[in-house]
Amino acid sequence: MLTTIQGRFIVKFIIAIIKPFKLDEVREALSEIGIAGMTVSEVKGFGRQKGQTEIYRGAEYSTNMLPKVKIEIAASDDIASQVVETIQQTANTEAIGDGKIFVLDLASATRIRTGAAGETALYGELRK
Amino acid sequence: MMILSLFLGSLLFAQPALAAAPVPNPGNNAWMMTSTVLVMLMILPGLALFYGGLTRSKNMLSMLTQIGATASLAMIIWVMWGFSLAFGDTTYEGLLGKFISGGSYFLIGTDASSTAATFTEEVISKYVFISFQMTFAAITAALILGATAERMKFSAVMMFVPIWLTIVYFPIAHMVWGTGGLLLDDGALDFAGGTVVHINAGVSGLVLAYLVGKRRGWPQEPMPPHSLVMTMIGTGLLWVGWFGFNAGSALEADGSAGLAMINTFVATAAGGLAWMVTEKVLGHKGSALGFCSGVIAGLVAVTPAAGNSGPFGAILLGIISSAVCYFFVATVKMKLGYDDALDAFGIHGVGGIVGAIGTAVVYQPFLGGPGDGSVGLGPQLGVQVFSVLVTIGWAGLGTLAAGLLVKAVVGLRTSEEDEVNGLDIAEHGERAYN
Repeated sequence: MLTTIQGRFIVKFIIAIIKPFKLDEVREALSEIGIAGMTVSEVKGFGRQKGQTEIYRGAEYSTNMLPKVKIEIAASDDIASQVVETIQQTANTEAIGDGKIFVLDLASATRIRTGAAGETALYGELRK
Repeated sequence: MMILSLFLGSLLFAQPALAAAPVPNPGNNAWMMTSTVLVMLMILPGLALFYGGLTRSKNMLSMLTQIGATASLAMIIWVMWGFSLAFGDTTYEGLLGKFISGGSYFLIGTDASSTAATFTEEVISKYVFISFQMTFAAITAALILGATAERMKFSAVMMFVPIWLTIVYFPIAHMVWGTGGLLLDDGALDFAGGTVVHINAGVSGLVLAYLVGKRRGWPQEPMPPHSLVMTMIGTGLLWVGWFGFNAGSALEADGSAGLAMINTFVATAAGGLAWMVTEKVLGHKGSALGFCSGVIAGLVAVTPAAGNSGPFGAILLGIISSAVCYFFVATVKMKLGYDDALDAFGIHGVGGIVGAIGTAVVYQPFLGGPGDGSVGLGPQLGVQVFSVLVTIGWAGLGTLAAGLLVKAVVGLRTSEEDEVNGLDIAEHGERAYN
């Protein structure tokens, strides 16, 4: 059932930029569909939603960067679209600034402890 | 028997007049010693944290160090020649006596049994009085440094402070509080130092900030405070310490001190709230820094009025001072383009002027003030305005002279590279946060 090209396991790399307060919800929803690991970082950026204004004793500073959370997930091709859909639905507030989801092809994945590559690197021996 | 006791009584009654030195009441002494260390608390760590939190993190230690060293230097100078110039035992006849006194250099002639007069028949220990007034000189010099924060050289600060104390602070303290002082004899009301401390420090800060120049990148580059938490802690310590400053200025633990105490509560509370209301009315959010700024604006304004106002007059002063100071730091400063970095002038100078002039109003009995109405509102206003103008003129010119001298000898500001890297590393070789 796994998608392979010439016998090689295909992995997608999913990068999602979301609103920080949506992180817990997204994490839970992803656990439910079987995503057992992810990397999360606090990032800053801007898109259509511009920055915010800070005022100190009347002096206004507009910061053009807003805090966001970046989630990085490597997932096998067969569940990648489900991951994207889950994040899109969970992180949605129907307002500008909800973020973006990017999907890349991943050249390889290696588990540092065992040196295992491909699917085993992502999911261990469980799915074999 | 009754006649005898009356006779004895009158004898006993007559005796104190013949008695030698008056003895301080331990209660008053204890209160004044407490007040003195409360003012010390205002400087370290109160003012240091208040100002320090408002700087960028690369200049935190520079602010703390400048305040600590300035206050220490002021203390040493105070016992050498400061006390003598402001409150010395020798009072001069004529014009000189209106500006300085003398004769007590190195505290000569003072020992543990010496006493200083209060506003009644009581006395307090002279060493306590000298210490109390010492802390006032120390905090006033330290207050100036808010205006020149983040760019003035440490060596320049250390050279400026002794000159400034000598030609500006000591004469103004003598004029307002010393025997035969110009403004004291004129009838100026300044309970705890609205002119001597706040207008003086504010105007001096403004002039020195002008001489030092703007910070690199100001006002285009954002320079947000690095820790409003520390600023809030400093604000709290200042408020607590200010009870020593204001209520201690009664020089006794009496009803006047009690009046100063309640005024220092309510004027300050009104000031803190009024600043946040002003922000809200202008379409912003009520902010933590706004609260802290309003607290200081209220404290500054009630300083000259502390024992010269009823509680409701004090509330009025706190509200007005807060709103006027807001206008100055948020609007006037930007329009005029002077870089009073931490608003030493915008809050201490402006709030001090509001307080000094407002004291004439709240002193009047019709507003619940303690005045007996013998000097009407009009004449008292004239006296207060005169004292404000003398203070502004003296502080402005004196600071200009002291600042130019320091500029010529060691230079006032750090190199551009040091300023960009931060004064902590450049001037002190350490970082506040590792």
